[in-house]
Amino acid sequence: MKNNIKQGLGHYVLYFLLPIIILIAWEWADIAGLLKSYTMPAPIAIVNTFIEYLQNGKLLTNIGVSLVRVVEGFLLALAVGFAIGIGVSIFPKFDTFTDLVIQTLRPIPPIAWIPLAILWFGIGQGSKVFIIFLGAFFPIFINTTEGVKNIDGRFFELAEVYEIPKQKLITKIVIPGALPQIMTGIRLGLGNAWVCVVAAEMIGATSGVGFMLSDGRSLSRPDIVILGMLIVGIFGKIMDDLLKALNKRLIKWQ
Amino acid sequence: MGIILEIKGLKKTFEDKSNVVNALEDINLSIEEGSLVSVIGGSGCGKSTLLRIIGGLETEYEGEIIVDGKAVTGPSREKGFIFQDHRLLPWLTVKENIRLSLPEEQKNNDSLIRENLEIVELGEFENAYPSQLSGGMAQRVAIARALANKPRILLLDEPFGALDAITKIHLQDQLLRIWKEEKITMIIVTHDIDEAVYLGSRVVVMTPRPGRIKRIEKIELGTPRRRTGSLFTQERDKIYKEFFKETELPFTYNI
Repeated sequence: MKNNIKQGLGHYVLYFLLPIIILIAWEWADIAGLLKSYTMPAPIAIVNTFIEYLQNGKLLTNIGVSLVRVVEGFLLALAVGFAIGIGVSIFPKFDTFTDLVIQTLRPIPPIAWIPLAILWFGIGQGSKVFIIFLGAFFPIFINTTEGVKNIDGRFFELAEVYEIPKQKLITKIVIPGALPQIMTGIRLGLGNAWVCVVAAEMIGATSGVGFMLSDGRSLSRPDIVILGMLIVGIFGKIMDDLLKALNKRLIKWQ
Repeated sequence: MGIILEIKGLKKTFEDKSNVVNALEDINLSIEEGSLVSVIGGSGCGKSTLLRIIGGLETEYEGEIIVDGKAVTGPSREKGFIFQDHRLLPWLTVKENIRLSLPEEQKNNDSLIRENLEIVELGEFENAYPSQLSGGMAQRVAIARALANKPRILLLDEPFGALDAITKIHLQDQLLRIWKEEKITMIIVTHDIDEAVYLGSRVVVMTPRPGRIKRIEKIELGTPRRRTGSLFTQERDKIYKEFFKETELPFTYNI
């Protein structure tokens, strides 16, 4: 027991050591006069900006706007990616029918769609959700199909022996069998969605975390830029942690 | 007792691009209802293929397979099949694994599930996941799953092949007990001579290339059986001689 706590403590010390070293080095560089505040502000300047943005409400508004966009685009991608993924796995003809289009669209980075998205949907919510959807769709779709492909074929033989009807076959064998890999797709998809919202908001938006970044640049306020970047990083990590926890709960048989 | 399984003039060939393999040739066999028949042979003698054809898992062959008066056209619950691996779905509990296998009208019959788990002495494991069971326990669940579907005939394809020797012996005894209590016709395919003799009232000896039935040996041992003693050894030696020349016989002694 004692040993465990010691190990646990050691683990956390190690875990937070590098960020602390970076902060100290950063602060020291500032004190030593190596940083110019208009290119690289000190940590304390970022903390001040954080408090300022928290108080004037800009921080939470921008985070909220970006989160809503991510959730909308991601959920849309999840529904469509999962449905089409299962569809092509079960109906080979549907697979053949859609394969060329899907595989040709796949290598196009979602960011390359931004000009077209702005022409089609303007700079409002629609274009962001569209870009996020594209970013999240492919990992979810591809991992769903791969997940079904990797299910042990012997389970299908078992289903024949016990005359399991097709609907039960899908809900009790195909979906749970593919679930671990679908969850991987979901994690990659959500990661991509978060990357895409920042990119889309940087190019054409009037709000959101990505907008904070481009706004900070045009105001020559690197502290705002860095604050925005930190928020992107921290929220990305939190979302991934939540999905990891969900993964553990959903796949409790392993 | 009547005949439950009739095989007439069965022939099975596997073809790939370059050659044709005669997996089974001229197989004729009839099995009485309620009997326990072992099928033994070395690897490649087609014993598993034979069982899979009876089970309806292989449907391309020449000849006739009649189970319970009907020609076999595919797998069905009537022909319970136990694979070498337990084939439990890892994401379902023991109970849900059995429930999934049941026909629609029995889906909510929890007492049927429990009853069959008790037959294999695993009543208290109904909520366990397969990963929490040992190999032998998982195979017993697979047997319970098959039994819950009230098969007319139970086909076992090297069911204990992947288990350690001690577990294997326990499961063989349990299988014999189930056979006596449930009175289900069973065909067990094995490559283990002791197992074939210990379990079967008849032992079908097969030889490879092409897979044929060499002889069918009646085993004159009642149940319960003893694995030691001269009667068992005598019966076993008869089967040994089908595979090895006299001089190659492994050392045995009679009391």
